[in-house]
Amino acid sequence: MPLTERPAVEARDLRRTFRTKQGVLRPTRKTVEAVKGVSFEIAPGELFGLLGPNGAGKTTTIKMLITLLIPTSGSASVLGHDVVADVREVRRRIGYVFGGDRGLYERLSGLDNLRYFSELYGVPPREQKARIGSLLELVGLTGREGERVEGYSRGMRQRLHIARGLLHDPDVFFLDEPSIGIDPVGARELRATIAGLREQGKTVLLTTHYMFEADELCDRIAVIRSGEIVAEGTPGELKGLVSAGRVLEVETYGVADGVVETSRTLGGVRSVVVEDRGQVQVLVVSCEPGAEVTQAVLGQLGDTRVGRVSHRDPTLEDAYVELVTR
Amino acid sequence: MNRLRQQVVCFWLQLKILLFSPFEGFLAVVFPLMFATAALLVYQVNGDPAAMLYAGIGAAAMGIWTSQTVSATTLVQRERRAGTLELVVAAPTPFSLVLLPITFAMATIGLYSVVATILWDRWLFDIALHVANWPLFVLSILMATVTIALFGFLLSVTAVRYRTSWALGAALEYPGWLLCGFVVPLDLLPAVLRPLSWALAPTWAVEGMRAAAAGESPWSDLAICGAVGLVYAALAAWLGVRLITAARRDATLALT
Ligand SMILES: Nc1ncnc2c1ncn2[C@@H]1O[C@H](COP(=O)(O)OP(=O)(O)OP(=O)(O)O)[C@@H](O)[C@H]1O
Ligand SMILES: [Mg+2]
Repeated sequence: MPLTERPAVEARDLRRTFRTKQGVLRPTRKTVEAVKGVSFEIAPGELFGLLGPNGAGKTTTIKMLITLLIPTSGSASVLGHDVVADVREVRRRIGYVFGGDRGLYERLSGLDNLRYFSELYGVPPREQKARIGSLLELVGLTGREGERVEGYSRGMRQRLHIARGLLHDPDVFFLDEPSIGIDPVGARELRATIAGLREQGKTVLLTTHYMFEADELCDRIAVIRSGEIVAEGTPGELKGLVSAGRVLEVETYGVADGVVETSRTLGGVRSVVVEDRGQVQVLVVSCEPGAEVTQAVLGQLGDTRVGRVSHRDPTLEDAYVELVTR
Repeated sequence: MNRLRQQVVCFWLQLKILLFSPFEGFLAVVFPLMFATAALLVYQVNGDPAAMLYAGIGAAAMGIWTSQTVSATTLVQRERRAGTLELVVAAPTPFSLVLLPITFAMATIGLYSVVATILWDRWLFDIALHVANWPLFVLSILMATVTIALFGFLLSVTAVRYRTSWALGAALEYPGWLLCGFVVPLDLLPAVLRPLSWALAPTWAVEGMRAAAAGESPWSDLAICGAVGLVYAALAAWLGVRLITAARRDATLALT
């Protein structure tokens, strides 16, 4: 196979189970199937999103790909190197950043943290200084690098993490909820940084709980639920997959029982959910393409007080909610 | 060459972490000093200067042992709590080369406690160390420090897989005092324990220190000490690879 066609990341039927103990006096062993046969490919230079609810198995999948966990079965490779057999080759070529404020040496300065990891990643001594300098600039920590990390704010730690992940200029990045705990301005800068990585031709696997972030950044998205991929495609395809058509939103004040059920049976209606938004309850009706259901739905509501009625295009979040709740 | 630099830089940064707070540094020396004081007060009752020298040298080595067996295992636990264990394992550097500079940083602290104990002995108990051969005596101290560090290295490798092995480190502290013959001659121990003492490198290092002080040749003791230390290092490197694999299989790297 020519070099350019080889996927940057390839997972084939990955599975992972965990054994956990419950109870102190009479411990019983329980097996958790965290990942149940996940397969996907990421092309070189692609930004791939892995979305899914809490506990779906995203972090577990990533940890298998970055060699921190050995798959129970199945296989995976990164840039053609098997994640079990060629551990060192894989580690040399990947960067890993996770969200939250752990994973740093609190007692060292930001600069020393970066120096330590530069050594562990074998960044050539001659390039280290310039490299660290430009990364501090990139994540906006220039001037604060001499302070101990214990005094850093959460966002500063997160940005230091990102600089750490970039130190050895890896070709493939694994970003596990990198924007967690960052303020909106910082998150926007982070998205720009991630987009910049893709422009440099890096391959990125990103997990996030923010749908707009995935929508804005990802070339392709896989939705994972209870350890299985339930949908895969571009953000546009995913939106189309579940809800080609429009979404009707009707604000009501106290929707009567049964309205949701009867509305579901109307022609042209695909799904109906009620969302509480403060005082009002919003009936979110997703419709078949071209179907006109507004009058029919309003008819179902009878005497119920109705507020604003609006139409919109389905968002990635609509698609996501449908996929993971179905 | 780059590897050497890596080890030196990592050693220096780890030393920075250990020397982070002056108070902790103070405690690291105070505990060994207290133990040394207790041992010397007991020996003083006899009023035998030779026995005092025996105890003084043993107490110095005891300080390194105390400051390292416990901290070696808590060290991996500390990395685990900070969430850095996963990151250093995920780095391309072999894990034993990550631990080695940390171990040597601790050995440096141990060395500092030997010097403190020797000075303390001198000021408080007037034990002027009559050392016949200073260069060999210093060499023996260094051997004691390095081999105890290697023993700590071996313990800390096991902590990667077994989260509770820090308890082992703590549990070894006091038996080690007896088994290594720091303050009580080994002849007083039951003979069945003899092989255990021989397997502990510090036993030989202390013998070497005493021999050098008395003007005898410490070389045979030091040779055995070095050999046992190398066995520790080899065992740790071998175990390291296996235990990391086990930790990746059993998912214990991320657990705190
Ligand atoms: N080390 C472990 N031991 C036992 N169970 C584990 C371990 N790690 C993860 N699990 C379990 O595996 C499942 C998947 O967890 P995982 O962390 O992969 O989810 P996630 O998709 O990353 O969720 P989140 O969005 O909350 O980060 C969960 O049920 C979790 O409890
Ligand atoms: Mg996760």
